[in-house]
Amino acid sequence: MSGEPTSARQERGDARGRSWFGGLASMPNDSLAKTLIVALLVALFGSVLVSASAILLRPRIEANLEGERQRNLLEIVQRLPGIEQLFDRVEEAAVEAFVVDLATGEIDRSLRPEDVDARAAAQDVARSIAIPPERDIAGIRRVSRYEVVYLVRADDELRLIVLPVRGQGFASTLYGYLGLAGDANTVVGLGFYEHGETPGLGAQVDSPQWREQWQGKWVRDPQGQLRIGVARGALAPSDPSAPYQVDGLTGATFTSQGVNNLVRFWLGDDGFGPFLDRIRQE
Amino acid sequence: MKDERVRTLLNPLIDQNAITVQILGLCIALAVTKTLATALVMSAAVMAVLVLSGSVISLIRHHIPRSIRLIVQLTIIASLVIVVDQVLRAYAFELSKLLSVYVGLIVTNCLIFARAETFAMNNRVLLSALDGLGNGLGYAIVLVTVGTLREILGTGKLLGETVLLTTAEGGWFPPFSLMLLPPSAFFLIGLLIWGIRTWKTAQAEPQEYAVVQPGEAR
Repeated sequence: MSGEPTSARQERGDARGRSWFGGLASMPNDSLAKTLIVALLVALFGSVLVSASAILLRPRIEANLEGERQRNLLEIVQRLPGIEQLFDRVEEAAVEAFVVDLATGEIDRSLRPEDVDARAAAQDVARSIAIPPERDIAGIRRVSRYEVVYLVRADDELRLIVLPVRGQGFASTLYGYLGLAGDANTVVGLGFYEHGETPGLGAQVDSPQWREQWQGKWVRDPQGQLRIGVARGALAPSDPSAPYQVDGLTGATFTSQGVNNLVRFWLGDDGFGPFLDRIRQE
Repeated sequence: MKDERVRTLLNPLIDQNAITVQILGLCIALAVTKTLATALVMSAAVMAVLVLSGSVISLIRHHIPRSIRLIVQLTIIASLVIVVDQVLRAYAFELSKLLSVYVGLIVTNCLIFARAETFAMNNRVLLSALDGLGNGLGYAIVLVTVGTLREILGTGKLLGETVLLTTAEGGWFPPFSLMLLPPSAFFLIGLLIWGIRTWKTAQAEPQEYAVVQPGEAR
């Protein structure tokens, strides 16, 4: 039964009359016209199938990707030291990503956070802002015009601001997140997810002891002066800078100063300073 | 007539199994059998593509010009694979992340091409669909067997549920971590082929050349 001869099929095509399909079916298979028509029809079939599935399934796929991004972010947030004290359960908090325009300090709602790749944009002259050398304390030369920040709310109240930070350390560029409490002035935690500092010395930026020190430090004094930073060496509790500064890392002066500079840069006027000012005024 | 259908469906399960007899589609078998769950999803995806591509190609088989028949088959298979990939991303997101590029690589699976070119091009639609289903099931049998063995021996779990309590969790079973690496699928499939050919001696291929013993004069 299988493999009915093609000619038999074609004869029946003829018998079916002059319908469009009959005409196509009766053409010899290897004629140029039929080859082209079949190729076209198959291509059309494939493209309709693919576009239809892409369009119909897009909402679900995008919802899945969004959920994935939220989970990744929750992981980052959960890794910030001191986070447990802010929330009983982090899962209950609503984490939202926003795009901040560093040029104005405003949230730009016309851009989607998933479309912003600040790390790539910082290398692209068209999408970044050059920092004059005398103000470039973090040693990063350019910043992306748009950065993604995360705001965490619980009970409708802003509880946490997560800012991406980066800067030159001793041997590498450090990439991390700085968490500020809802007042935009109290540090919740500072964590680096990527760096190449010397193990045992500069790499202590990762150590729980040092990270713990950042908790509760203030960014600015009541006069609005930027005071946060890393001290050179250890700080006495009675020191007037103690509410604002953490101890330097032993044996890692350059890394300590690098962290000091990058924190001050990103909280300063060229970084998120204007954005945080807006939050404080709200 | 009925016999033919049953034979078309059952023959590819063991006697003409794509992996163990024809040694086709090994790349996927090596890569996605780390756990039973990924093996199951991949089997379902391959089965769906086989059945659908077989049906569609069989439906238009009398009107495919010979000069472009491979391109036509490939276009149909590729479109179906993209659809299956999208469906997985929409409805089985976690698993589709684990399968990553391998769903897309179904396009390059020789098994599907082989069925399209040798069977669907020459047979009626229903028979071609059954052939696709049979080959898909044959493929699934191997993938599921290897996936089950690798997950149990590698982690002591099956579908994420503990079967053998590992030493790390206070049990007696030392996980065989080689099983989590792709080469272990090679060994398992090799053992499987050996086993099947010992059982069904008709599958054993004749030796193509004589093995020369050291010191033997020729």
